[in-house]
Amino acid sequence: MPDMQIILPYVFSLGIPAVLLVSFIMLNAMYLQLMERKVLAWMQNRVGPMRTGPWGLLQPVADAVKFIFKEDIIPAKADKWVFSAAPLILLVMAFGGFVAIPFGSSVQVFGKTIPLWVSDLNVGILYILSMASVGTYGVIMAGWASNNKYSLMGGFRSAAQMISYEIPMAFAVLTVVLMAGSLNLSDIVNAQSKQWFIYALPVGPVAFVLYLISGIAETNRVPFDLPEAESELVAGYFTEYSGIRFGLFFMAEYMNMLIVSLLVSIMFLGGWLPVQLFPDWLGSVGLVTGINRLLAMIPGVIWLLLKLYGFMFFYIWLRATLPRYRYDQLMAVSWKFLLPVSLGTLLVTAFMKQAGWL
Amino acid sequence: MIPLSWYVLLSAALFTIGVVGVLTRRNVFIILMSIELMLNAANINLVAFSHYLQNLTGQIFVIFVITVAAAEAAVALALIILLARNRGTVYVDEFNIMKG
Amino acid sequence: MINQIVFLYFAAVIVLSAVLTITRRNPVHSVLFMLLLFFHIAGVFVLLNAEFLAAVQLIVYAGAILILYLFVVMLLNVDRESKSDRANRFWPWIVAFGLVIFAEIGLLVARGSFPLEGGQIMNKTGIKELGIDLYTKYLVPFEIASVILLVGLVGAVMLAKKKND
Repeated sequence: MPDMQIILPYVFSLGIPAVLLVSFIMLNAMYLQLMERKVLAWMQNRVGPMRTGPWGLLQPVADAVKFIFKEDIIPAKADKWVFSAAPLILLVMAFGGFVAIPFGSSVQVFGKTIPLWVSDLNVGILYILSMASVGTYGVIMAGWASNNKYSLMGGFRSAAQMISYEIPMAFAVLTVVLMAGSLNLSDIVNAQSKQWFIYALPVGPVAFVLYLISGIAETNRVPFDLPEAESELVAGYFTEYSGIRFGLFFMAEYMNMLIVSLLVSIMFLGGWLPVQLFPDWLGSVGLVTGINRLLAMIPGVIWLLLKLYGFMFFYIWLRATLPRYRYDQLMAVSWKFLLPVSLGTLLVTAFMKQAGWL
Repeated sequence: MIPLSWYVLLSAALFTIGVVGVLTRRNVFIILMSIELMLNAANINLVAFSHYLQNLTGQIFVIFVITVAAAEAAVALALIILLARNRGTVYVDEFNIMKG
Repeated sequence: MINQIVFLYFAAVIVLSAVLTITRRNPVHSVLFMLLLFFHIAGVFVLLNAEFLAAVQLIVYAGAILILYLFVVMLLNVDRESKSDRANRFWPWIVAFGLVIFAEIGLLVARGSFPLEGGQIMNKTGIKELGIDLYTKYLVPFEIASVILLVGLVGAVMLAKKKND
């Protein structure tokens, strides 16, 4: 059949990666919730969910079933279309961001080359930023359409916060782009083969911290979780949501956290490059090269996932540790501190790049 | 392959819709948005011609157009907030204080 | 062939959402249809190998300018809209006028010849070239654009500031 000849390459280059990606996202969206509850519980000397399945491993399934079978209420005074479109926009934008993320260089399975990305865009990083910025609409639409003052306040807060933190985030990303000389995520990883960007003194660590702070703010997590501050705003912009739509908001939140963690790992921690315990200039010592070679034998995907879950743990750790910011403090941090620092970092990076020090 | 004329027609349709929006609507927000529609129509044309002429100048123009649109939106929305605050309406035909 | 189908889809959605944008009673709905429109215009830019502009369209136009509109529309929240007329009393004439303009442009396009009808494909995506051009050939316009942004910033702050503080 001639048709199969045309379709088959697409199956390997597009179909299998897409299926893998979607199953990865769905599994994570379900089980990160359990991870969060378990880790929070351990940090507070509790055991967390234990009843459903061994160690509560079936808890996400139970939650999903509950979400699906609960009544889906649309408030009478709500704007019906906008109300139902809001969680979808948020979810689609979160899904869309994943498309451009490479999880490793391609792998060989049964003689076929399967890439570990769905689309290796040459403006990959800008694409992900644009998806994140459009995701704001989901939040503000949800807040407005609910016709509830707490939802509206939550929506406004969230939109203001996301817009404010997008700017230092974009500058931190631009610093990385300057260092790597490319907007393509695979190129950015490959540019770090000698030295991870977090070690690129003096700008690397600064950009890393900037990106991490604004990434946490962008995903509305503790300590920047003002849009859903339950002690002030009931549940923020999704107060009026119930059933599966509420579940969609939850999924989108975890997916955005995943994207931020993935991007941090890719842009600053060398993505799928193995950890080098000892620097290169020690390379002549036999033991050191041995250890480094041993670490390099672990597949790249494993490294990326290790870094990713490290950051997810960091997210949960923050939630267990820090109190919430006040709203004016939140804005002041972004505009009076992060923005000038990120601009300065960008300038210094450009200067160092031109002088050939990076 | 898509003929260049298709892009020109699309851009013309978008521009016309923008013009009609500016001239008919009473709500000043919609009028501003119609202006954005017209700018976007121009952008489509610029990018299309830049693609077919193998010349990046058109794309650079689009960047400038977007810049100007951003500045315009900021100032215009500030003006609208002032108008709404002082006159209590956002309908253009009710701003008739200059009428003799 | 595939390209043409994709283009026709984009064009149809662009025109439809533009019409919906200018006809909705509620400005919030207009803004949301505008968002749809911007997405599809970004799609057209991708068809034209202008990926960078597509990203800029989404980040700046959809992510910043339109959000600003949405904010102000929601803040002013005009409830009277439902009672009064959407359009002024000349609207049938103006729609006819618009149709005439479109017919004229269509006629010009049909009569005129586009020497580039066959169409070449820009192989390079041209982000690097775009940057080099922007910072060398178009440096002065670029600086002026930044001054315009500054003026817009200062103007907006001055206008929206309350007098008594």
